[in-house]
Amino acid sequence: MGTQNFKIAAVIVSLLVLLIIVPYCNSFVVLLATRAMVFAILAMSLDILLGFTGLASLGQAAYFGVGAYLTAILANNYGFGLKWDFWLMVPIGLVVGGALAAFFGLFAIRATGTYFLMITLALGQCVWGLAYRWNSMTGGDNGITMKGGRPHFGIDLSSDINFFYLTFGFFAATLLALYILVRSPFGKSLLGIRERELRMRILGYNVWLHKYVAFIIAGAFGGLSGVLWAHANGIVTPETVVLTTSVDALLMTVLGGAGTLVGGAIGSAIVFGLREYVSTLVPWWQYVLGGVYVLTILYLPTGLMGIPGRISQWRNSQKKRETTKVASAPS
Amino acid sequence: MGTQFWVVQAFNGVSYGALLFLVGAGLSLIFGVMRIVNLSHGSYFLLGGYVALSVIGTTGSWLLSLPIATLTIAVVGLIMERLFLRPEGRAKLVRDALIALGIALVIRLMIGPILPQLLPGQIGNIIQVALVVIAFAIPIFLLLQRISAVAIEADVLRQVLMTVGFAFLFQQAALDIWGGNNFDIQPPSALTQSLVIGGTYLPLYRLFMIVGALVIGIVLWLAMEKTRMGASVRATVDDAQMARGVGIDTNKISMLIFALGAGMAALGGVIGGAFLGVYPGLDFEMLPIAFAVVIIGGMGSLGGAAIGALLVGLADNFGKALFPELAYFTLYAPMVLILAIKPTGLFGRD
Repeated sequence: MGTQNFKIAAVIVSLLVLLIIVPYCNSFVVLLATRAMVFAILAMSLDILLGFTGLASLGQAAYFGVGAYLTAILANNYGFGLKWDFWLMVPIGLVVGGALAAFFGLFAIRATGTYFLMITLALGQCVWGLAYRWNSMTGGDNGITMKGGRPHFGIDLSSDINFFYLTFGFFAATLLALYILVRSPFGKSLLGIRERELRMRILGYNVWLHKYVAFIIAGAFGGLSGVLWAHANGIVTPETVVLTTSVDALLMTVLGGAGTLVGGAIGSAIVFGLREYVSTLVPWWQYVLGGVYVLTILYLPTGLMGIPGRISQWRNSQKKRETTKVASAPS
Repeated sequence: MGTQFWVVQAFNGVSYGALLFLVGAGLSLIFGVMRIVNLSHGSYFLLGGYVALSVIGTTGSWLLSLPIATLTIAVVGLIMERLFLRPEGRAKLVRDALIALGIALVIRLMIGPILPQLLPGQIGNIIQVALVVIAFAIPIFLLLQRISAVAIEADVLRQVLMTVGFAFLFQQAALDIWGGNNFDIQPPSALTQSLVIGGTYLPLYRLFMIVGALVIGIVLWLAMEKTRMGASVRATVDDAQMARGVGIDTNKISMLIFALGAGMAALGGVIGGAFLGVYPGLDFEMLPIAFAVVIIGGMGSLGGAAIGALLVGLADNFGKALFPELAYFTLYAPMVLILAIKPTGLFGRD
């Protein structure tokens, strides 16, 4: 329990450091941190599936995109969500993301492994296809520019700093909510499904329902991140729902460490940091991104969060080797 | 919308399907033989088009560009498979050395913009660059030797992320070599004419695509069904472990199939370059369509890939003509339904 408390304290301290330091940085860093936190919410929602249930989804961008497009369409066409009613947009984003996942889950949940990847890819492409071609609704290739700007309810969110605080609030709340979820009995049974699905089934758990509920929760938080993204980015394009967005979210989770929640946030910070920072320095920044993908997969199977564990494992094996040497020496 | 509309659309759909067969068949066989979900398959398509452009630019021969692009990308695929997807023995050392050199080069090039004061004078001196790179690469290489790399064979998620990483690397390489412009591949004038049948214009080039894909499909099918090699491939698709057990060199088979698949995708890129064009981003546009072909047909089946390609080609064309706003939806929704109802595809086996 000691290490667990230590970890919680470390996360809280890092969050506080983030909250205190970022506002003193220049506007580039503030916006970068805001976007990274929005993607961190998406990556953490994916981690519920990937890290805690063992389902690798290639379509998490669908919920992100639906949340973002819905926010943009409601704001531009009906002026909805730009004043105090922004606070209604938050549950709407959660519900719509969750509802879409509830529909998609009917098709996807039965599949496992490669087939789950493929069906979530296909579902994500369905949403992308609509975003890309349904011109009258989504503006097609050009997307939708948020004409009304960011919400204004006493606090003016068009200031990047204020929007940073808001996004930070949602990021911290999501982290807390998902942490409570994975620590709950429901979260424990998800872990059981990840480890041994058959055993859970024999024990009498409704595996399908557990996976389905996890899928819906992941979709709901995906929708929430989409609502924030529309305002963070100011424009919603098919880029939001494209396959590479889903893949990016997967990489962020794996890079940070799947099954750790905060891993997704760390991965998001690194990917955004690399992409935005390196691209200002050199034109060939994509080599770095591609390299991070390949290196993570080859050398960091447990992600950055798993490095301490791997080191201590390595030390133990070294120790064991030494003790066996000593034991076999007299003969 | 008379009969002519339907005839033209069906013809376009079938010829697009012929192109998709070239891309999908390789992807399907690679999955069947190696159980690898390869997300850099779209990159082979794009790179094939680019290589062909260079060949046409230097020699002026379109016909020559077909085999050269196919072979070049087949070799690229082969190297990727040998060093990164299924490295064995010494290949692992080569891979680690390559990675170390790559990281060192990136570090050296990043020092330039970040800390220029560390590199007094002669920034472009090639010997200095080489020395710095080697100095960085050696400790990185030794470090990589200590961290044992994880095999990606058993884990589909790792395959996906690794091959996507390669797709990004290829995309950047293509951008650096060929720039960001849109190109078109001009086929020889003999193929740019049209046949007129009953008042309907049928472009000869699309006819050529259909015939070409048919010929390749039949040759592949004969090779798979009638030769010893083909029998080994089919055995490996069905049960790789058993195939190894009876003395089939599955290692060689997977090399062969990976090169073949990459080469066919590149050939598709050359042929498709005439009407799709060649441009950055085409790789990730083609990739999910290729997966739709493979999924609908069933992974690992040549006949399935043919049927899948035909269906996707027709669905894409009629979707765009009849329901322009739902065009891609009409393509991917059937993919979802087939996966939900019969996950192994129309012709796949478990």
